[in-house]
Amino acid sequence: MNVFKDAGHLFRLAAVFVAGLLIFLVIRGFLVPKSFGQLGHYRANAVAEIAARPIKFAGHESCEGCHADVLDKKKNGKHAGVNCEACHGPQAQHADDPTAVKPDKLDTAVLCARCHEANAAKPRNFPQVDTAEHSRGLPCDTCHHPHSPVIVAGGAK
Amino acid sequence: MPGVDGFMYPNEIELQWSVLIVLYPFLTGLVAGAFILASLERVFQVEAVKPTYRLALLTALSFLLVAPLPLQLHLGHPERSYEMYLTPHRTSAMAMFGFVYLWYLMAVLVLEIWLDYRRQIVLLSQSSTGWKRAIYSVMTLGSTNISERALAIDEKAGWLITVIGIPSAFLLHGYVGFIFGSIKANPWWSTPLMPVVFIFSAMVSGIALVMLLYMLITWARRQVIDMKCVDTVARYLFYIFVIDFSLEMLDLIHRIYEADESFRSLDFMVHSKLYLSHIVVQIALGTIAPIALLGLTQVAKLSDIARKRIYAAAGCLTLMGIFAMRWNVVIGGQLFSKSFLGYTTYKMGLVAREGLLMAILLTILPFAILWVLVKVLPPWPEASSGSIPDAEPAR
Amino acid sequence: MNITRRHLLLLLPAASVAWKYVLAGTPEAAPNYKLSEHWWGMLIDLPKCIGCGNCVRACQAENDVPDGYFRTWVERYHVSDYDIENPQVDSPDGGKKGFPPAKDVKGKNFFVPKLCNHCADSPCTQVCPVGATFVSQDGVVLVDPKYCLGCRYCVQACPYGCRFINPRTNTAEKCTLCYHRITKGLTTACCENCPTGARQLADLRNPADPIHEFLKTHSVHVLKPSMATRAKVYYNELDGSVR
Repeated sequence: MNVFKDAGHLFRLAAVFVAGLLIFLVIRGFLVPKSFGQLGHYRANAVAEIAARPIKFAGHESCEGCHADVLDKKKNGKHAGVNCEACHGPQAQHADDPTAVKPDKLDTAVLCARCHEANAAKPRNFPQVDTAEHSRGLPCDTCHHPHSPVIVAGGAK
Repeated sequence: MPGVDGFMYPNEIELQWSVLIVLYPFLTGLVAGAFILASLERVFQVEAVKPTYRLALLTALSFLLVAPLPLQLHLGHPERSYEMYLTPHRTSAMAMFGFVYLWYLMAVLVLEIWLDYRRQIVLLSQSSTGWKRAIYSVMTLGSTNISERALAIDEKAGWLITVIGIPSAFLLHGYVGFIFGSIKANPWWSTPLMPVVFIFSAMVSGIALVMLLYMLITWARRQVIDMKCVDTVARYLFYIFVIDFSLEMLDLIHRIYEADESFRSLDFMVHSKLYLSHIVVQIALGTIAPIALLGLTQVAKLSDIARKRIYAAAGCLTLMGIFAMRWNVVIGGQLFSKSFLGYTTYKMGLVAREGLLMAILLTILPFAILWVLVKVLPPWPEASSGSIPDAEPAR
Repeated sequence: MNITRRHLLLLLPAASVAWKYVLAGTPEAAPNYKLSEHWWGMLIDLPKCIGCGNCVRACQAENDVPDGYFRTWVERYHVSDYDIENPQVDSPDGGKKGFPPAKDVKGKNFFVPKLCNHCADSPCTQVCPVGATFVSQDGVVLVDPKYCLGCRYCVQACPYGCRFINPRTNTAEKCTLCYHRITKGLTTACCENCPTGARQLADLRNPADPIHEFLKTHSVHVLKPSMATRAKVYYNELDGSVR
């Protein structure tokens, strides 16, 4: 009895700690996101949120739905494996509303060089040229057809 | 790329952890070290260091209160830090921080200080007036029982808490070392010795700090420095420092001898970008010099004045050396590329959220808190507690 | 009904089915995607890489990556036959604008695209203190930007340098393997725009995926195998000097 009386202040202290712990547990119940832990130690909703981010590149299947003529030109040429947006840039908005959003015209003098400018680190069998010497600043589509880049008699344009 | 030699992965050029993350292990190390010094008296019955007991506890508390601030300031989203308490990730060493910190603060330090000061708090709550009386009354938790039996219970409980506190202090700082030591991607950090080195360097820095503070405050209060006490503290400082140095050298020798794939890159870094802070400041000035000075006091018979001066010099050098050690771990670990092909540069801002001024402010802040704590809970024998001078116990 | 739909998706890697859901931006409505049926990775066919930087630009456009930070980048290696352990590497602006002519054409020169390896035992998700980054059930390492503290521990823990702190959001960011695309039947932006087919998205849980035939018949490595992270980005003909 006396021991309890003389240790009374310790019990008071213990009560303060227990009160703190209870407050923590209550707050925790409110603040942890509802979907946390459903799939693992993370917010399950984050997966759907990340999956819902907007798309910028429509993908070549979308392009081919309308531009079947280009697909025909490409399919037997060297660029058959090069997807549309690799050169034309992100076109999801265009695919979404083809009349309102039009792709930019491309400058083949710059565009083609990105891949075909000679560089010692490129695979040996990859077609590459020193553009300054090869075309002297002329756009590549003066002679080559971009969708099937063999040399066109009398020019591509 | 400015500041980059050789090749860095492009996302590595910017350093992730700044001077504030250097400060964090430095401050927690002081906490752990000061507490270990306090426990020398309480658990290991080293009576000679008694004059530093309460001061060591208050120092530990004031530094512990500041320790999370650099972390908080460095977060990209400080307002989300509570998540660490809500959903701690079991595999993350860092998630432990919140709990180890709270445990150490509330269950160890605050409790031990409260039990040790309870008699004084109760007396002060009765003798003081006004808002001071209110503060002390709250601190009594409404219990004014300071009978002999109650105090005997306090004494036993305090001893138990100190016994629990020692492994807790090791845990607090060992885990800080583990945060770095467990990163396998970084060969500068990844070593099982890291937590051990952190613990011993923590003890070294904490003991040095309390020794300096004790000498400074006693001098400011125009009291006589208890030379037996300071000699004992310095002797422990010397022993632990020798262990700490041996461990660090063991790590170094091991790295040099094994010379794994990262060695050439790290070796070059130590001899170039880290030369000043690692070789000169940390090892030469911050470790070998203070060990030599302290060693001298162990072998030669010197006058009190000479010993005091040597202790003061060794203490300052020690603190500088341990800070440099934290710097070299945290900053050094980010200067080289994980491709081992290049190095980047750390540019410290001056007036920035993670800049130099903030770091200085955070270093001074614990001393200000200590000043307040010393006012509220005087750490010296109660007879002289009425004559607290207004001199600031800052460095 | 359900079975035919699923068959359709297996037979046609095309996204045409999912496209209307894509535009609606509602992933729950992409009906044919089940987390447990996929285990994503990537194949990098190094001999095909021409260092054009299309993947880096496409990634930046698709994912709004801030300038100076990279979810994917391309490195150029130069290895001298007299010092094969010390390659010279450069990656000007992550290879985003291609590469200038090589300084030294003697020796071996080649490109290496890098991206998050989507490790099954990822050291980055291991260290996250709050569960803001995780390996999803379909094998993609993701960051929850609404939960990330910005403590940067994951950036330190990645052996490959694939993470960064986005200065606009102050949260950790990295390659999501275009999670918003692959869950709708599209390929990633980098794979879609690689002109030579050097990058190919791979679903390791799909027995019909060509990755399985490739892994059986080629000499394939992962980066830094000593890290034992179970990386899922496979490099064909990876040179030993690459780190």
